[in-house]
Amino acid sequence: MNENAPVCGRKPGLAVEIAGLRLKNPVMPASGTFGYGQEYAPFFDLDELGAIVTKGLSLHPKAGNPTPRIAETTSGMLNAIGLQNVGVDVFIREKMPFLRQFRTPVIVNFFGNSLEEYGEMARRLSDLPEVAAAELNISCPNVKKGGIVFGTDPLAAAEVVSLVRRHMDKPLIVKLTPNVTDITIMARAVEEAGADAICCINTLTGMAVDVRRRSPRLANLTGGLSGPAIRPVAVRMVYQVVQSVKVPVIGVGGITCAEDALEFLIVGARAVQVGTANFVDPRAMPGIVAGLEDYCRTQGVDDINEVIGSLRVS
Amino acid sequence: MQNFHTSIISNLELSPGYFRMRILAPGFVATAKPGQFVMVRIGNGLEPLLRRPFGIFRTGFLPADCQGLPDKEYVEILYKVVGSGTALLRDLHRGDRVELLGPLGNGFDMQPAAEQILVGGGIGLVPLYMLARQLVKTGRVRLLMGGRCRDDILAVTEFERLGVATYVSTDDGSLGEEGLVTDVLRRKLEKFPGAAIYACGPMPMLRAVHDLCSAHRAPLQVSLEAFMACGVGACLGCVVKGAGHSEADPHYLCTCKEGPVFRSEQLEWDKLEAGHEDCGCEEERA
Repeated sequence: MNENAPVCGRKPGLAVEIAGLRLKNPVMPASGTFGYGQEYAPFFDLDELGAIVTKGLSLHPKAGNPTPRIAETTSGMLNAIGLQNVGVDVFIREKMPFLRQFRTPVIVNFFGNSLEEYGEMARRLSDLPEVAAAELNISCPNVKKGGIVFGTDPLAAAEVVSLVRRHMDKPLIVKLTPNVTDITIMARAVEEAGADAICCINTLTGMAVDVRRRSPRLANLTGGLSGPAIRPVAVRMVYQVVQSVKVPVIGVGGITCAEDALEFLIVGARAVQVGTANFVDPRAMPGIVAGLEDYCRTQGVDDINEVIGSLRVS
Repeated sequence: MQNFHTSIISNLELSPGYFRMRILAPGFVATAKPGQFVMVRIGNGLEPLLRRPFGIFRTGFLPADCQGLPDKEYVEILYKVVGSGTALLRDLHRGDRVELLGPLGNGFDMQPAAEQILVGGGIGLVPLYMLARQLVKTGRVRLLMGGRCRDDILAVTEFERLGVATYVSTDDGSLGEEGLVTDVLRRKLEKFPGAAIYACGPMPMLRAVHDLCSAHRAPLQVSLEAFMACGVGACLGCVVKGAGHSEADPHYLCTCKEGPVFRSEQLEWDKLEAGHEDCGCEEERA
């Protein structure tokens, strides 16, 4: 957006609401691509975001997977970081004070290695007034325990979501994996178990081979594919999930610009998350917010909510 | 640290496969420290998707276009064409646009010492030039520069102009002494027992440098290369194994944020290779 251009008419409203949480715009980072916020603070005012979503957090610190952990692929990248994180205690002590200075809501993504850990994490996060909402990760493809085992079986997913729900009085977002036959079954299962919102999709499991060495390009053999390459798959899955649940859906997968974000909004996502694009351009998200505002102006839209779910199917 | 669109001033082939690119970089002369790096976005499309890390070779001033305007600041990178990103970079010309993020990373910890020895292997020479420029102010500086053949020996005369004593060695003897750069280092360590060592190059060379320095109890800092997505500590894709690392109790250091320069005792040398040198792709690394 050209900031010097004359402002015609009213500023379009970009605010959206998710599970009682009011966001000034529908743009937030995808967990794991934005650190704990601090890493990107030199590039823009984090209050320009609809929300801040932090790197997946567990009860105890986690060192992550062996290296190499990332590999570039066509229009995308594979990662198998292995949920490396500082643990909830260090997060509260060292990362929370930084996040406290912002007005924009902080959404903490978390996971556990067992049902008990998921429950304990839910209790710990409930006690933190700075945490506006929690995003439950049952979809990491790169760790044996904790991630995807709960995310690919509707009964296991329902069990962990209802357990977390019992210990959590904050809005609860559940992040789903696309690595299932029918994502709508998972979506309905977690909705029924008490999810306030659904976020999809996490990365698609993939693999890449170094043909010279005839070896996998990731030490973990497989990793999660992200980036523009997965966007059409993500848009399709978000569309299907929106059709099958009543709770709001946050769309994520390969968004790099406002037009990409609009695809998700038009098929019915209430908000979007931006992931890999943050690595490519640290100012990707403020650019997307500005682009959404531009779109509203040029399309004569007063409020972004008019765009959400406005897909015209003839 | 800043991110900005800028333009290329020059892009010249130094030696077969090695290029030197000068890029307009306002503010870099005052802010870039020896050992830091930049992330370069090559083109605006999706190929390549990720930025490429490059060590900063040097910064400097160009005269302004006309009187009264301030001098223009530039940053110089040296790179070897090894993958899709550097192949695209090679084809850029004066005036072409790139996006630059930097300066990034910690840089060298420059401790005054009477004798200072820099060890460079091929393109690993890059971070040592700005370091030499600082170190010559406080003591005697020697550069041991190694490569497979003469094509890998870069910019040595520029170090000489700073007053650095240079010692070139190549595996095939096509330039300087025939043999490994670590053979030269062994002799220098025996002659100058109190020397501080700074090294950058391929992992087998760094490991040999580390072994020699430990045996001689010489303080060593190494600058590592790693493939990375973000350069700012968010993706955690560029980690290396830190001292005390084991499978039961893993310990990783982030190359972009906690490095790229490490004191050798910070690293778990026995296990570095699998995770680092065998990055799995013949791609650009910082």
